[in-house]
Amino acid sequence: MNDPSQRVVHWQRTKSLMITTLILWFIFSFAIHWFAGALNALSFLGFPLGYYMAAQGSEVVFVILIFWFAQKQHKIDEQTGFAEEGN
Amino acid sequence: MKGEFIDNLPKVYGLYTGGFVIFILLMAVLEQLGVAADTIGILFVLFTVVVYAGIGWLSRTMQVDAYYVAGRQVPAVFNGMATAADWMSGASFVALAGGVYFGGHAYLAFVVGWTGGYVLVASLMAPYLRKFGCYTVPDFIGTRYGGNLARFFAVVVLAVASFTYVTAQINATGTIAARALQIPFEVGVWFGLLGILLCSMLGGMRAVTWTQVAQYIVLIIAYLVPVFWMSNAQEFGAVPQFAYGDAVVRIGELEQALGVGTPPVESVAGLRTLTTLHNAPQSDFIYNWRFVTLVLCMMAGTASLPHILMRYFTTPSVAAARKSVAWSLFFIFLLYFTAPALATFTKLQLLDPNLATSVIGKTIGEVNALEWIQKWSNVGMLAVTDGNGDGILQINEFFMRPDIVVLATPEIAGLPYVISGLVAAGGMAAAMSTADGLLLAIANALSHDLYYKIIDPKADTKHRLIVARVLLIVIGAAGALVASLKLTGILGAVAWAFCFACSGLFFPIVLGIWWKRANRAGAIAGMVCGFIAGTWYLYMVRFADMDPWLGMDHLRFGMIGMPVSLVAMVAVSLMTPAPDAETQAMVDEIRVPRGKAVLDSTH
Repeated sequence: MNDPSQRVVHWQRTKSLMITTLILWFIFSFAIHWFAGALNALSFLGFPLGYYMAAQGSEVVFVILIFWFAQKQHKIDEQTGFAEEGN
Repeated sequence: MKGEFIDNLPKVYGLYTGGFVIFILLMAVLEQLGVAADTIGILFVLFTVVVYAGIGWLSRTMQVDAYYVAGRQVPAVFNGMATAADWMSGASFVALAGGVYFGGHAYLAFVVGWTGGYVLVASLMAPYLRKFGCYTVPDFIGTRYGGNLARFFAVVVLAVASFTYVTAQINATGTIAARALQIPFEVGVWFGLLGILLCSMLGGMRAVTWTQVAQYIVLIIAYLVPVFWMSNAQEFGAVPQFAYGDAVVRIGELEQALGVGTPPVESVAGLRTLTTLHNAPQSDFIYNWRFVTLVLCMMAGTASLPHILMRYFTTPSVAAARKSVAWSLFFIFLLYFTAPALATFTKLQLLDPNLATSVIGKTIGEVNALEWIQKWSNVGMLAVTDGNGDGILQINEFFMRPDIVVLATPEIAGLPYVISGLVAAGGMAAAMSTADGLLLAIANALSHDLYYKIIDPKADTKHRLIVARVLLIVIGAAGALVASLKLTGILGAVAWAFCFACSGLFFPIVLGIWWKRANRAGAIAGMVCGFIAGTWYLYMVRFADMDPWLGMDHLRFGMIGMPVSLVAMVAVSLMTPAPDAETQAMVDEIRVPRGKAVLDSTH
């Protein structure tokens, strides 16, 4: 199972998943809050949107993002034959 | 027996939660029967601390891998709860909502930073360190880069960052114990330390893990129950977290009318008045820059703090470590998305003249007659003045300590005292669980990395574990001693710990996994230069009156440490020879979950 070419494939896919995850992380950590003032003109659930994103929105995204990442990475491990035995 | 315990975790902690709820109801009955409020407070704190100590006693061990990594058999969800307790400190529990109350939108940078950091932990760090099989973070640095020097510097950064943090936690346990048990603060600090040591000394990571799960259950119940109760009693909405949008808008209107932002005429030492608007992000560069730099420092710090990273060494597998990060953040989220709701509703209750609970705009005499005002004024955590002499309480004449927002909410909203006792127990659980994790991180690094790996590699198991315990007591005592001197406010010290950690450790750990070319000389340069640059900037801005660069104050000194660390590490790595083939193969190995760990369980 563990032949060298699979190892390269596994690492390529792992890297691109990491980059995708970090792009989303960057948007919700920094980009969106840079425009908090402008976003406050919009309303969401009765909240000014800029406030909402800092108080709740970004946090919700982070929780979902990590669950998604963990599941996605596990799939990569399984498909390339690098998942642990008995999982 | 051990296997049975692990298999029965949901049942064991289900029973425990039920038992705790019954205890709360019992206390409520006692209150109705006329038992004094003070007695109920004492019972809450004593009962929970005795339970944690009991769990610590039951988890005692003389095995190395049980002591250092809980035998690597903690399931993802339970490790998530333990991490959440490890993570949420006395500051999160007591000061976070108060911070949002006084700091408004700008303060939410802490909330964003302290949650988003887990994305970095999950994607860059935890699964790879779990596969590596290390006992401590310096264990990874020392083995990946080779040599005692790299290991030694990692121990130094870890010790400085964690020690800064742990004094704040021991301080918090002391404050809560002092108030609940009615003993002097200096005695409370040592009482708190005793509880902390009882949880960790005999069983190391195994004991800390199972007490932290128990502490999480107490702290989350203690945080959520009063907020839900208050929200329903005051008819703000059934689920307060989704219902405070209108309150944010309403506060914005009230702030105009009440003149929030007018500086107070007088000042009261240690207390603050509200002068920052609740939701007013300015669109200027410096405001946004300060927001995102604080977010970045807290996130990178989260991903470099050893007491958090080492929690993921305890899961049964790499896949479980990843899932566990997600659960950790979920459990943390439950408290963090509640804190701004609590801050907003508390503020509305005090400000809005349409609500019976409001104090601003009433006469000074009326306000001073309120029971909760008298109670908190007596302990110096609140003060009412009449700066302009008009006999009416203005917004800038109402002084309080930020901690009050959590501690006094039950009383402001008129809830029974049993809820205040519950909140004290929750604050105690939060501070104790974090202090435990931090003390263990320091003591483990000193006993495993400094004593066993550097000073005496031939030491036998018994000696190693005795040294580990002695160090735990010594460091705990040192922490309590510093805490009893009351050197900094709780939150300043907490932010510093994050900046120390990310200045010294973030890039050496990340690049050790993601960049094969990183070598020993580079890692040492990264740790030393980053740590020194950050510390220098902290000293200059905080103590030597230097003007902060681009508004980056002493809470953000990681912004100086991290880039210096990165540049130094990359430059020195490239100027010196690449790591040998063996090291490169080791890096390949940690990148895939399957196969044996790099370090076996007897290393």
